Amino acid sequence: MKPSIIKVGFLRGGLEIKQFMRQRESVVFTLLFPVMLLFIFGSVFKGDLAPGVTFSQYFVAGMIASGLVNTGFQQLAIMIPIERDFGTLKRLRGTPVSPISYFIGKAVLVFVAMVVQVGALMGFGAALFGLDLPNTTERWLRFAWLILLGSICSTILGIAFSAIPKNGRGASAVVSPIVIILQFFSGVFFVFSTLPQWMQQFAALFPLKWLTQGMRSVFLPESFATQEVAKSWEIPQIAIVLLIWTVVGTILALKTFKWSDK
Amino acid sequence: MVNESAIFVRGLKKSYTSKANGSKDAVAGIDLDVSRGEIFAILGPNGAGKTTTVEILEGYRNRDGGEVKVLGQDPAKLGTDSWAWRNRIGIVLQSTNDSQDLSVAETVHHFANYYSNPRDPEAVIHEVGLTDKAMARIQTLSGGQRRRLDVALGIIGNPEILFLDEPTTGFDPEARRAFWDLIHKLRDEGTTILLTTHYLDEAEALADRVAVIVDGKILEVSTPENLGGRNTAKARISWLENGLKQEIESDSPAAEVVKLSSRFGGEVPELTVIRPSLEDIYLKMIGQV
Repeated sequence: MKPSIIKVGFLRGGLEIKQFMRQRESVVFTLLFPVMLLFIFGSVFKGDLAPGVTFSQYFVAGMIASGLVNTGFQQLAIMIPIERDFGTLKRLRGTPVSPISYFIGKAVLVFVAMVVQVGALMGFGAALFGLDLPNTTERWLRFAWLILLGSICSTILGIAFSAIPKNGRGASAVVSPIVIILQFFSGVFFVFSTLPQWMQQFAALFPLKWLTQGMRSVFLPESFATQEVAKSWEIPQIAIVLLIWTVVGTILALKTFKWSDK
Repeated sequence: MVNESAIFVRGLKKSYTSKANGSKDAVAGIDLDVSRGEIFAILGPNGAGKTTTVEILEGYRNRDGGEVKVLGQDPAKLGTDSWAWRNRIGIVLQSTNDSQDLSVAETVHHFANYYSNPRDPEAVIHEVGLTDKAMARIQTLSGGQRRRLDVALGIIGNPEILFLDEPTTGFDPEARRAFWDLIHKLRDEGTTILLTTHYLDEAEALADRVAVIVDGKILEVSTPENLGGRNTAKARISWLENGLKQEIESDSPAAEVVKLSSRFGGEVPELTVIRPSLEDIYLKMIGQV
């Protein structure tokens, strides 16, 4: 009987997680880097953005959103060319594994890594920087679908982008600047509403701006919504933008995905 | 199809274009027929087109011309049938370097999930001689042990055709013998095996037939015993006479030995009679081109 594509995908996910956990450097980096950034920014910017809204509170929303981009898009767009170099993908290509199972495996890895990362960030944030955690069921649910959809969207875009770097050595140089620029433009390091209008409009084309906004709707008080550019959290728009990018990314990934560089 | 041949190739062509050399024919019109249950070896110097040919058969590369059928299907036109076809073949590539952080057992067990009718992972690990290393991380394996893991992953799906691209590079002599036994065992179970190798003794020990490829063309396809007229080639007889080594070539070595023996009145000092080895024949063949 033919093994199911979805089942093999989740089995691959389990294997990917196992491999990831055994690379101690990447585990420590993934978990602690956002915490370190929170520590640095939280120590530098002490003031409140609005009554009851510390910079740390605002920054955590951006950190979680860019965590999705780092763990999914950035990590995969670098890791997949390396897997091509090492022959991992060539070997898989010689087996009956569907590319879709491979994609599912990556998405599972990204989602699990995100959950652990978010847990660490919120734990440290609450313990050391007085971070307020989401206080309603509605917000926790929104948080959950943002992480899930964000992981999938970021994963598939990372896979699609992995066709661009020629090899593993050059991948980081191609991918990292894109991510850093998007982080600045999308209101991760600065308050989004204070950015120049052209920057805001450019950022609105990409998922990170919307993920950041979604995370603010989870971590900031309802009253802060009026300080958004659109005077609202724009939750439906966030879902639509993420879904469009997921669909476009899937089509691109299926078309451009390369098992080897030949 | 009941009697479909395992591999059928006619007029296979592939050329590469590079900035430095322009267009070069890597494969310049190759015909191959491999029957079910056969062990077929492809011999040839580096750059002769062995790996290109095999990778076209495995579905890794596109060809520029010719007809190819592997298990009755064109590997370049699998479409939605790709799964079913790959489920029936096993591939051992040249060196790979993946899955460093997993153990042997984890990797073999995981790959078994990809196939509809896999072999027992523990039995496969045992067959390739890695039982003692089953729990070891792949990064701690020696080159030869890694290669045996590659073979394990190639046969885990219980393939009808197994492709082996230089499988025993880095094996010690004992591991090579064990590997040859494994290949014979697979053949006895009905697996068709296509092998490329640099080792002439390996081709001789394993192959039912060998093809010699040079510059993208087949020079000859034959059994190891008959390749290059080896069966009818002259034997070399050497002996020691008056403190000097003497040597003659002959079509009738037994008659020569009888003559020598009567001349010496019995034993002939340091007498040897040698038929040309497969290696002698092969080197002569590729030297001609």
